[in-house]
Amino acid sequence: MPKRTDIEKILLIGSGPIVIGQACEFDYSGAQACKALIEEGYQVTLLNSNPATIMTDPVMAHRTYIEPITAGVLAKVIERERPDALLATLGGQTALNVAVQASEAGVLDRFAVEMIGANETAIKCAEDRRKFRAALEEIGVEMPRSRAVYSVQEAREAAREIGFPLIIRPSFTLGGTGASVAYNVGEFQTAAARGLDASMIGEALIEESVIGWKEYELEVMRDRKDNVVIICSIENIDAMGVHTGDSVTVAPAQTLTDKQYQNMRDAALAIIRKVGVETGGSNIQFAVHPDTGRMVAIEMNPRVSRSSALASKATGFPIAKIAAKLAVGYTLDEIPNDITRETPACFEPTIDYCVVKLPRFAFEKFPDADDTLTVSMKSVGEAMAIGRTFKEALQKGLRSLETGLSGLDRKCEAKVVPEDLLPMLARPNPLRLFYVKHALKNNMPIQQIADLTRIDPWFLNNIRQIVEMERELGSLSPEELLSEEFLRKAKRTGFSDRQIADLGGMDPAKVRRRRTDVAVRPVYRLVDTCAAEFEAYTPYFYSTYESEDEARPGARERVVIIGSGPNRIGQGIEFDYCCVHAALAAREDGYDSIMINSNPETVSTDYDTANRLYFEPLTAEDVLNIVEAEKPYGVILQFGGQTPLNISAELEANGVPLLGTSPRSIDLAEDREHFSQILRELGLKQAPSGIATTYEAALQLARRIGYPVLVRPSYVLGGRAMEIVYDAQELKRFMREALKASPEGSVLVDKFLEDAIEVDVDAISDGHRTVIGAIMEHIEQAGVHSGDSACVIPPQTLSRQLQDEIARQTRELSSALDIVGLMNIQFAVQQGEVYVLELNPRASRTIPFVSKATGVPLARLATKVMLGRSLEELGLTEEVRIKHVAVKEAVFPFTRFTGIDTQLGPEMKSTGEVMGIADDFGMAFAKAQLAAGQDLLKEGAVFFSLCQRDKTSLSAGVARKFSQMGFELVATEGTAAFLRASDIPCQRINKVREGRPHVVDAMINGEIGLVINTPSGKNPRQDEIAIRSTAWARRVPIITTIQGAVAAAEAIAGLKEHYLTVKTLQEYIIETHGEAPTPHGARV
Amino acid sequence: MRATIALEDGRIFEGESFGAPGKRAGEVVFNTSMTGYQEILTDPSYKGQIVTMTYPLIGNYGVNPKDVESAGPKVEGFLVRELCPFPSNHAATGPLADYLLRHGVIAITEVDTRALTRHIRLAGAMRCVIAVGEHAPDDLVAEAQAAPGLVGRDMVKEVTCPEGYEFSDGSQPAAGGPLIVVYDFGVKRNILRSLAGMGCRVRVVPASTSADDALALQPAGILLSNGPGDPAGAPYAVREVRGLIGRAPIFGICLGHQLLGLALGGKTYKLKFGHRGSNHPVKELSTGKIDITCQNHGFCVDIDSLDQDQVELTHLNLNDMTLEGMRHKELPIMSVQYHPEASAGPHDARRLFGYFLRMIEMGR
Repeated sequence: MPKRTDIEKILLIGSGPIVIGQACEFDYSGAQACKALIEEGYQVTLLNSNPATIMTDPVMAHRTYIEPITAGVLAKVIERERPDALLATLGGQTALNVAVQASEAGVLDRFAVEMIGANETAIKCAEDRRKFRAALEEIGVEMPRSRAVYSVQEAREAAREIGFPLIIRPSFTLGGTGASVAYNVGEFQTAAARGLDASMIGEALIEESVIGWKEYELEVMRDRKDNVVIICSIENIDAMGVHTGDSVTVAPAQTLTDKQYQNMRDAALAIIRKVGVETGGSNIQFAVHPDTGRMVAIEMNPRVSRSSALASKATGFPIAKIAAKLAVGYTLDEIPNDITRETPACFEPTIDYCVVKLPRFAFEKFPDADDTLTVSMKSVGEAMAIGRTFKEALQKGLRSLETGLSGLDRKCEAKVVPEDLLPMLARPNPLRLFYVKHALKNNMPIQQIADLTRIDPWFLNNIRQIVEMERELGSLSPEELLSEEFLRKAKRTGFSDRQIADLGGMDPAKVRRRRTDVAVRPVYRLVDTCAAEFEAYTPYFYSTYESEDEARPGARERVVIIGSGPNRIGQGIEFDYCCVHAALAAREDGYDSIMINSNPETVSTDYDTANRLYFEPLTAEDVLNIVEAEKPYGVILQFGGQTPLNISAELEANGVPLLGTSPRSIDLAEDREHFSQILRELGLKQAPSGIATTYEAALQLARRIGYPVLVRPSYVLGGRAMEIVYDAQELKRFMREALKASPEGSVLVDKFLEDAIEVDVDAISDGHRTVIGAIMEHIEQAGVHSGDSACVIPPQTLSRQLQDEIARQTRELSSALDIVGLMNIQFAVQQGEVYVLELNPRASRTIPFVSKATGVPLARLATKVMLGRSLEELGLTEEVRIKHVAVKEAVFPFTRFTGIDTQLGPEMKSTGEVMGIADDFGMAFAKAQLAAGQDLLKEGAVFFSLCQRDKTSLSAGVARKFSQMGFELVATEGTAAFLRASDIPCQRINKVREGRPHVVDAMINGEIGLVINTPSGKNPRQDEIAIRSTAWARRVPIITTIQGAVAAAEAIAGLKEHYLTVKTLQEYIIETHGEAPTPHGARV
Repeated sequence: MRATIALEDGRIFEGESFGAPGKRAGEVVFNTSMTGYQEILTDPSYKGQIVTMTYPLIGNYGVNPKDVESAGPKVEGFLVRELCPFPSNHAATGPLADYLLRHGVIAITEVDTRALTRHIRLAGAMRCVIAVGEHAPDDLVAEAQAAPGLVGRDMVKEVTCPEGYEFSDGSQPAAGGPLIVVYDFGVKRNILRSLAGMGCRVRVVPASTSADDALALQPAGILLSNGPGDPAGAPYAVREVRGLIGRAPIFGICLGHQLLGLALGGKTYKLKFGHRGSNHPVKELSTGKIDITCQNHGFCVDIDSLDQDQVELTHLNLNDMTLEGMRHKELPIMSVQYHPEASAGPHDARRLFGYFLRMIEMGR
């Protein structure tokens, strides 16, 4: 069946901001779908609120709506675009949910839009757990015993019936939100109530626990002619009970016999057919009892998922791309396998290596959060590694995580508290693997570890072999250790040079030199979907230590782009966006682009982004190996966030040609002393500051420069442990903590510029000319991490002169540091004075946002500049000023971590971002809030609770505006008194400790529609924490800064005055530049 | 102990022995299944062959008494990247290495199986000698060159049953079920299990059984089983198959299909490196349906050699468009090159046994 000709225009929905449970994988799937559909000649319209994605680039679709993903907005887009078909199976749960809502609301019928891929009936059958169960019963596939409930009462009955432990699973949620385990009645009550609440339809499933069973996933694809294939099997190392996103997983399944695997495959085929996913990819999970082999189906995602991204990268089979083609009518046998070219996509990939995926957590950002791993996902990113054995892949994976490990090394053990061994083995937690190592080193029997952890002995035995190898290597003399025999043995077991060096008490460089001398070098092997059975053309490589190298550097000059590794808070999809652009730009200019990255979710690790892809850890060793194999013209470090910069010195020392701003300049910018020196020479202002190593010194310093001060341990990255302190008392407490945290034992003390406006500038320079990308004004005041602050282009309160001054300072700094490529500077403006806060000589998090807002592809231009082209030649000689307004808003993971404080501060906590774009600020801000999940027009009163410092005329003005717009105001005692004193009518409400009913009661009852709560300092009162966490849990919009409240008031005014309207990015670009680029789906 | 793999073209690979000691010659081939090594080891079609597993981690789930396709391993040798000495599976009764040692199979681990596979792909399946212990590689290469190849050689006689027998998989055979006579050219047990599972009475006869003797059993249908090597190496079998044509419904599988092809006047040829794995897409031409199939064959029936007035092509391999199945236009005769009984591999094509029974029904 060839492709359908009865449809022309297809609307694709993305997954919105990066949140826990939905990350770059949907940019990967969406971008693949865009490419595939454009290639087939369809008109593609896209809805996605996330500006950091590749898919929202103006060349990826014909019509791109960067608008909130809500049913209402979707209806407006449909009304305006009149698409023939809606494809919602590639944008995660967000896209699926909003499509179902639109379908239920009759929008699709009204405008005759057909859902392709999976329709409403199939989606509901897969997602409604009762329907799913009934369907599986009909085909004789077993599930855990269970019952659907709609009230706590019913839940209790179900619990009695089934018996503990129990799983409580809300229906229709995202990434397992709200699902939890209960071992006793007490836990069960709370969990059941929360589960019912988290479900979009107030339904939860009370289920027989299969915790501790072996967990498997199959990635399944089906076409219109009912051909079904399995793309990949995945086995979870962490048994059932840990969300698969938080589990270490392995592909393919390792411990099933063929008969057991085929039974699972049969069940998967039967399920996808029964559920009726017409075309595309689905993910089906199974649990297998380790002792009896009883197999039960757990759940199904009727769409591509994080696991399908992993499966695509693990096998080389592009699931999303094929899913898009199947959705428009092709069958599997009509689509060629890109990798082999000769064989069709209708087959099951077979692999001849082992893939390990490891989650990356961010609990250091949320010290109060419980780090127990459960059925609700908590990790923020993942790394994947490929090796010929599990041991090799595991060790590569551990160093790919970029958490300071060089494998299953000795540092792992530093995190172990021996007394906690048993509980830390029994309780799933991020450090468990390290405890396993410790247990093995101390000769705990495999079976005992398996009983405690429920990790299959196969994995434990493999880890034991690593431990034994480490022991053997550690017992050797340096000469023996560096013998060819042992080097080869170690490398084949996945040991890094650093690990070997550490075991021999020597420098890693020595291990490298010695390896070179005795020719113990990695070879590169192809990921080819077919285990070498057919010739493969797509150059996707991994390293291993064997006999035959399959890498084939081409004739063209090569440019290596170092990616950004696993997502983490502070370094995510924005950098992948830049890396992808770099790869495409280098290709465009006639180079072969070489991508190195370890993050399976990303577009950069799609095998057709760069000319060659190396799926490898981003350590100096691994990068140097590739550089030796590829002998590139240059290596680009600027786009992968901090990751490439961390290895820049080592690369330079090894003579690697680095492109763009020199490592010397990078050092100058990153070294405080040198940077201050430069500022002084240029006559630029900086907040007064100093370094202290004792409390007394810090106290003296703080007194000299004046409170409040911003304090942070030196050499700790990403705003970690950074705080604003207002008095000596707080300073004392902080110093105690900080001196513990800082390895150097010193603390940086900066004057905190209170009530200053923070400004971010992205700029590009070719070494002669520096052009401003954009000046962004932060909406939250300085002190909130720039990644967590909303910001706006163009600035709304900065005068033209101030903006010119900021631009001038940017150019001065660029020239002083010889910037070639991108740079980002943060400024603070206090009472008309401009202060330089910091400079990053690399692409910043805001590059994609700026590029979308202005229509200037900065990362692409920067790549060309680094390759020697001038900005003039590239047609960018001055800042592009826009007529519309673009707002970026951060998105937070607070609902994932119950009971933590949600106050914003100098430490970044957000996982993602959204963009609101409109003709005026109010509407742009309102859209950004809506996109971030804050419904500003929620019913109810506006609750004010202001800290002493914020009881100003500014806040009174905001309150008055709300009052004038007809909102009822409620406030706690002090704030109420302040408002009344300013003649603003308001109701007093009890604080939590003042007796009931209090403010939290009112929030739970839905009486409050907006919370404006400015925090009172580092040690917030308990009720502030309660208010903030209730707001997150109840989805009551919350604003924690006065500046944010000002913006919200304007936004609400905007929403009340006129309807939210939608407009494409291409239209904005035409307004700015006169024309828009032709969509080509990123083909070069 | 070190072990050497010497190919007839002079290429040498090395590894560590984990099975029986000694030296063996055979044709080196690769199998791309990620699971099912025990089924593969015991598949009589591998007689005369040294099997390389492309999946690197082998032995993970050990061995068990059920996952066998014949009484014991049939391969001449077994090559893997990493042997797992600590199996983990509830069904496992022991580790793979013990099993191979017990059955005298030479097995080698730590082999660069991908390089070996690539070599076979490019240079073709070829003769090879594997040897445990210290050997001069040149001598081994010379031995490989002197070893008999598979072309024209009768491997069937090595694996067929010496005498006929009734197959029972433990359950009581259905009394009234149709009697199927299975020509054992090296039959996989799962073919017999599949037939028995559909209510057939199964009588297995040696490969050399004459058509008349087979027909004297008054079978409802005849199944020509899979088996090792070159169909041209068993002319006696071709002759008897020719004798069966038109006298009983026939279903041929793998070697049985090739013998049928020859009996119908067609030709067979040797594929460069064969099809061995669990992921081969086969299109059923009548329905357009695609099955993911288990395959294991080094020879193939030449599509063009068949008399298209007499024989209809029913199945095609989508990877290389080779013949995967055919049907006689007038007589109740069908055959497939792949393995509907799977084991190891997907169950997609199990319905072929149903087709066979329906063909028998309709012929009555």
